[in-house]
Amino acid sequence: MMWAGFLQRAIMQGIPLLFGSTGEIITEKSGNLNLGIPGIMYVGGISGVIGAFLYEQNAAAMNPFLAVLIPLLCSVTGSLLMGLLYSFLTVTLRANQNVTGLALTTFGVGFGNFFGGSLVKLTGSDIPSINLTATSNYFRTSLPFAGKLGWFGQVFLSHSFLAYTAVIIAVVTAVILSRTRVGLHLRAVGENPATADAAGINVGKYKYLATCIGSVIAGLGGLYYVMDYANGVWSNDGFGDRGWLAIALVIFAVWRPNISIFGSILFGGLYIVHNYIPGLDVSGQELFKMLPYAVTILFLVFISMRRKREAQPPAHLGLPYFREER
Amino acid sequence: METHKPKEPLFRIAKRDSIVWWKAWGIRAAAILAALVFSGLVAFLLTKENPLKIYATMLDGAFGTQRRIWGLLQNLAMLLCVSVAVTPAFKMRFWNIGAEGQVLVGGLASAACMILLGDQLPNAVLLLVIAAVSILAGALWAVIPAFFRAHWQTNETLFTLMMNYIAIQLVAFFVYKWSVPKGSGQVGVINRATHAGWLPAIGKYDYLLNILIVAVITAFMYIYLKYSKHGYEIAVVGESENTARYIGIPVKKVIIRTMLISGALCGIAGMLLVSGTDHTISRDTAAGRGFTAIMVSWLAKFNPVFMVLTSFLIVFLQKGATEISTAFALNESFSEIITGIIIFFIIGCEFFIQYTVRFREKEAAK
Repeated sequence: MMWAGFLQRAIMQGIPLLFGSTGEIITEKSGNLNLGIPGIMYVGGISGVIGAFLYEQNAAAMNPFLAVLIPLLCSVTGSLLMGLLYSFLTVTLRANQNVTGLALTTFGVGFGNFFGGSLVKLTGSDIPSINLTATSNYFRTSLPFAGKLGWFGQVFLSHSFLAYTAVIIAVVTAVILSRTRVGLHLRAVGENPATADAAGINVGKYKYLATCIGSVIAGLGGLYYVMDYANGVWSNDGFGDRGWLAIALVIFAVWRPNISIFGSILFGGLYIVHNYIPGLDVSGQELFKMLPYAVTILFLVFISMRRKREAQPPAHLGLPYFREER
Repeated sequence: METHKPKEPLFRIAKRDSIVWWKAWGIRAAAILAALVFSGLVAFLLTKENPLKIYATMLDGAFGTQRRIWGLLQNLAMLLCVSVAVTPAFKMRFWNIGAEGQVLVGGLASAACMILLGDQLPNAVLLLVIAAVSILAGALWAVIPAFFRAHWQTNETLFTLMMNYIAIQLVAFFVYKWSVPKGSGQVGVINRATHAGWLPAIGKYDYLLNILIVAVITAFMYIYLKYSKHGYEIAVVGESENTARYIGIPVKKVIIRTMLISGALCGIAGMLLVSGTDHTISRDTAAGRGFTAIMVSWLAKFNPVFMVLTSFLIVFLQKGATEISTAFALNESFSEIITGIIIFFIIGCEFFIQYTVRFREKEAAK
């Protein structure tokens, strides 16, 4: 069944975007526009790869539990450090968010490609990419009965635990943002930090936490890409522009992670739809790859013209907040 | 009466009223020095080579031969051109991060003229057409987001960011259309035999014309921002749109006009890259300069003259780090890591220029 295959691939394409956009939504809700997300996703991916690589090289027999846990912890640590760096520069040192974010992306992509390239040299092999099939197989363990359930199993149950984690994180985030006190405080910080500060909310703490948690979640998207989507094969620049697409998805989901779940599948589908259109030449495919971005622009224009209050970016997005400068 | 006295925090941060220029530059120089030492340390940990040898390799990569010096100057000029181009928008607090796309469509327009009109127009006319079309293309790419921002407050950061990828895919589309041989996915050198549409070399220096054009643009922008009425309007709109409206500045018009200039200059940068340097087009023609330029412009405090220094710093580091990676058999992305590190240091040091940290005074505790 072709459409089931398409939907399955679309979901697989969408999961990294879902991680990235959920992370960025949390960050942006605190008023931090973190343009370092693409770099952070690279770092999350390569940190997991480094962990898995070292474990595969050094462990005599691989323990399935450790084989998953070690890359996961490495990935979380790597993206957490990136998030801390961003928060330290923009919140504590009050630096410009756009410049810091772009520098973080330059650094992160370079970091990923550098270690991607250097690790290959360490193995002494002449293949152009790292191959972590064993670790990847543990990561890709899916429900055993998925194959028996026809198209339903193929589309919805054939995925790995990280994919379901992405959906769960998105749902939980949506609930926290809209239904809890913490979420209310976070939104207050992003909308009007001066008022939040006056109400006794620790603005700096919320910004730090939101940015770091957001980075960790986004980093998992990089890990999912390498371990699940790419079967444990790291190739330089393989992750491509998905990080920016995740930022586009934030707009499309109007800053709501639950919409992001469906948006990510749609974006994933738009990203690969050129493979499913018969008789399309290479140049035509390149035009089709424009679709997610074009849709985002149209949507951005649409929501800004409509001026519906709940569909706007956080009012203080991208702006610094210093108590002394009110 | 000590019951309700709150504890004074260990240190507090206060904004400096002003800082003498030598102190500010001293702090920046110290940050750059610290970043260089830190990058050297990173390189040392990765290569285990003598640190002095690492720095020597960097210098050699940047200035080793006459060819390298010209390469450095050419790269410096291109980065400077894009940095100067994005500056007026930033001064207006219009966060145009779409320079990458604006440069690319400028380059695409140049390539289109070279390919389609290469054998139909006399070279002088062709060059004029190339310049006009590239400028128009860059300006168009910039003015679309500006128009929506001016009229509907559409978020310009996200809009311009998305426009980059539309441009990249557009270039990818045409690269396949024009690829030589067909289907190879590469355009190759355009008009290799006739040199039609190539910017002429001055004497025997291929890049000299590029460098001169960029020098003129930089000087123009310095004067434009500092001494013209437009420059004043840009500064006021950047400080406060409400103030600008109150004193009768047409904010919408200023936003659109400034982005037109910004995009037009990006278009020129695209032309200099395609018609003046590479003589080909690919999706990597802009090579991330659109993003790096934002950092360069910000680091220079939006002053076009300082931008000569900041873009020199970045280009020097990139060339040096590339040389390190080839000399010690590392991945070439090493230069991006070094660029990132140095920018983090400079971003961080700005804090100490703008603010002072005052520690709790001992005697208050008694």
